[in-house]
Amino acid sequence: MSQVNQKNIRNFCIIAHIDHGKSTLADRIIEKTGLLTSREMQAQVLDNMDLERERGITIKAQCVRIIYKAQDGEEYIFNLIDTPGHVDFNYEVSRSLAACDGAILVVDAAQGVEAQTLANVYLALEHNLDIIPVINKIDLPSADPQRVIEEIEDVIGIEAQDAPLISAKNGINIDQVLEQIVKKIPAPEGDVDAPLQALVFDSVYDSYKGVIIFCRIKHGSVRKGTKIKMMATGAVEDVVEVGYFGPGQFIPCDVLEAGTVGYITASIKNLKETAVGDTVTDFNNPCAEPLIGYKKVNPMVYCGLYPADGAKYQDLRDALEKLQLNDASLQFEPEASVALGFGFRCGFLGLLHLEIIQERLEREYDLDLVTTAPGVIYKVHKTNGDIIELTNPSNLPDPSEIDFMEEPIVKAEIIVTTEFVGPIMKLCQDRRGVYLGMEYMEATRAVIRYELPLNEIIYDFFDALKSRSRGYASFDYELKGYEKSALCKLDILINKEEVDALSFIIHSATAAERGRRMCEKLKDEIPRQMFEIPIQAAIGSKVIARETIKAMRKDVLAKCYGGDISRKHKLLEKQKEGKKRMRQVGNVEIPQKAFMSVLKLDDE
Amino acid sequence: MMNKRTIGNSSMGVFKRQMGIYIHIPFCAKKCSYCDFLSAPADDDTIKAYIEAMLLEIKASRSEVVVPVPTIFFGGGTPSIIDPTYIERIMEAIREQYEVESEAEITIECNPGTVSLKKLLAYKDAGINRISFGLQSTDNIELKSIGRIHTYEQFQNSYEMARRAGFDNINIDLIAALPNQTMASWENTLRKVIDLQPEHISAYSLILEEGTPLYTVIEMERTNGIDRIPCEDNEREMYYLTNEMLKKAGYIHYEISNYSKPGYECRHNLSYWAPDHYISFGIGAASYVNDIRYKNVEDIKEYIEYLTEAKIIDLSEIQVEVNQLTKENKMEEFMFLGLRRIDGISIKEFFKRFGVRYDSIYGTLTKKFVEQELLIHTDDRIYLSPRGIDVSNSVMCEFLL
Repeated sequence: MSQVNQKNIRNFCIIAHIDHGKSTLADRIIEKTGLLTSREMQAQVLDNMDLERERGITIKAQCVRIIYKAQDGEEYIFNLIDTPGHVDFNYEVSRSLAACDGAILVVDAAQGVEAQTLANVYLALEHNLDIIPVINKIDLPSADPQRVIEEIEDVIGIEAQDAPLISAKNGINIDQVLEQIVKKIPAPEGDVDAPLQALVFDSVYDSYKGVIIFCRIKHGSVRKGTKIKMMATGAVEDVVEVGYFGPGQFIPCDVLEAGTVGYITASIKNLKETAVGDTVTDFNNPCAEPLIGYKKVNPMVYCGLYPADGAKYQDLRDALEKLQLNDASLQFEPEASVALGFGFRCGFLGLLHLEIIQERLEREYDLDLVTTAPGVIYKVHKTNGDIIELTNPSNLPDPSEIDFMEEPIVKAEIIVTTEFVGPIMKLCQDRRGVYLGMEYMEATRAVIRYELPLNEIIYDFFDALKSRSRGYASFDYELKGYEKSALCKLDILINKEEVDALSFIIHSATAAERGRRMCEKLKDEIPRQMFEIPIQAAIGSKVIARETIKAMRKDVLAKCYGGDISRKHKLLEKQKEGKKRMRQVGNVEIPQKAFMSVLKLDDE
Repeated sequence: MMNKRTIGNSSMGVFKRQMGIYIHIPFCAKKCSYCDFLSAPADDDTIKAYIEAMLLEIKASRSEVVVPVPTIFFGGGTPSIIDPTYIERIMEAIREQYEVESEAEITIECNPGTVSLKKLLAYKDAGINRISFGLQSTDNIELKSIGRIHTYEQFQNSYEMARRAGFDNINIDLIAALPNQTMASWENTLRKVIDLQPEHISAYSLILEEGTPLYTVIEMERTNGIDRIPCEDNEREMYYLTNEMLKKAGYIHYEISNYSKPGYECRHNLSYWAPDHYISFGIGAASYVNDIRYKNVEDIKEYIEYLTEAKIIDLSEIQVEVNQLTKENKMEEFMFLGLRRIDGISIKEFFKRFGVRYDSIYGTLTKKFVEQELLIHTDDRIYLSPRGIDVSNSVMCEFLL
């Protein structure tokens, strides 16, 4: 197969705030273009595609190569690269962007610029991408494209006067977008003869092919048989297959050359060997330097995941291992809790990532889980000079050994209509926020900037934000770094016994209030038992809050159903069955939902 | 343990021990609004057909050895609403198949207002020596609120008749925690009943059973913020008051809800809690024979049709929920039934029955409950503390293995 001239390749992504129409536009672009060049059609690659289809291998829908015949009469290859939309996956987004030469920015003609719009634009600008703004949903009655164009120019500072006014849903003016891709997004400028240098921007695990590396070839070329080396992980493998992305299929080809986007398989069994952001090079003819920007992604949020049924521990391990095959950022290691038995301390990129994993474990693997309070990584500086990265509150050293502690701080941007500015600022203050500033994007909308401790936003911040803005606030954040903080460990004692699964690290100023609310919540969630149960919140040996669950008053059957002993037997069995679903801590039975309930403390 | 050789049509083989007999009469004048027992009003033809079928069932239960019968209990429903000749015929049928002990305790449940002196004398002739009256309350408004058809005055009349007919062993059933019941009205009920000096008093607390009309009404009221049922605290206070007043009046508290004058404990009920074997006749009736627990079908039509039409009666055809108890099951029952008795269970008896040491099965659990002051352990006996009685289900369920 002859090689495509780089000047006819366009590598780009679509960025947008959620619901502004990213996926719909992607679908329209694919629809309006062809899947193969006329040359490739003759080469009968379709046969290969059928094979792929039979194997049922699918790839991410929006990472796709398409062919566009432009008005200048030439055929262009578009590589449309999907970017995950959420801040939890910021690093992945940045690697995807690094694989592109330009970006289409979709902005809703009614809603205008939102928090994620800004965050994504800044990220794209950091990667020197050329940005084509597109105003979507112009056919909405509330559309105000002129205002949005001005907003883009004022707030983002990019030229938007000739932005296509489109309706992705109804296919209006999509041609203008396609032409602008050709005209405004630069062609790649790789050196085909240089040593191989390719950026890994994603990878998936396929049980048949092993790890499939998604990459952008910056320089050089790669083909079947090339001995490749992953520069960061050091893995060396022979290439088994290269190819590009058809819609829903992997389409093998002979060679991937500088400027293009495609995939490589090399019998790699472990996703950890193909870290996103790594550089692939030719082992026998390596490039001098890896591409810049690689970093090891580390989880930001940790929590304990335990099977509700202790016997399902092995099932949970198997499920986590399977999920990890396609999600290298998921980390887990076994841990044991006095209250919950055996489980795993798991690390996630953020709270959304945590929720996705939890939901997949429950839905796809049919596991009932008990989750402990999510926490962040604290840096504990000990008096002997050691620094511990603490992910499990139970491992906090004795206070006498601690010099000081640090916690992660994020920079947050909240965009909200002005009527809700007051409540939102109050919320941020309550969450130990440090006010950085506020800008009016227009008369009725403002960007509020705060520095917030990460551990204050991983509980129920999103919910609180939504409820204080009738759902309109949008929120984004990025990690700023670690700062010294007056942190302490809050322990919960039930019937005088410490319940390790309920311990967590908290700022000492808010500890008393939170301790009080947890005690109240637990009082509601733990059923009365045969004796009185004190519930205490304590810092060290100091009790800061207390509630009491009164002893059960009565649990007696007056009559015994005559001679129907089987009925009585069944009743008692049911009662005992109910107890089994509880966790035994000392003499106290704690329902599983009590562990979860303290994660969501309504603070309104 | 099971002897497969059967004589006659007994599907349960050879009866090894003595057995109590329970007779279920599933008929009543009108269903009470709290009642979830198998009973309903019925016409004379149905009653007749049912009794005829039951006589066949009794006959078919014959064993190869003559089984001594220490207790017989006619329960319902309201056994006293059917013609006393039926009771006589049932007694005859039993005596033909079983050896009813000369000192046997033979009880019939009667509803106040459904008995006459003639009926009572007929019972007496049939060998019945114990009457159990379902009084429930002496307050006529309370009686009405749970759908009882009699008044306290009608009860007094029936009670006197029973005494006149020569019954010297009478039980009165009472129910505490009725809708709108107060501590004062309960105390009043207890006082009036004590004045009558029955030999035995059963004092239950109302259980709202799902599916009963009373349950539906109370639930509906509760969703509208009204609750006429005394709260748990009051119910417990009523229970303590019952203990106190009846003990003072010379009654022995021998089971969670049962009191008697010395020597008048209900032997039939004690056999349920021992637990000893017993055989029951009639629909829905539960039996415990040769370590097998089973029930008869609940459908009266099916019951009558099978027994009257079968050429050779095989009782297993009308038995459902047949469970052969394992040794573990028997230990569990021994505990949760035995603990209903105020004097609890005997550790020696446990060893005698099961051949294993009590401690090896329940030692740890017992220690825990003794520490929590829910069980009391004295020498050979283990029994519920007063606090343990309050929460007895929570204690008992942990004895399930």
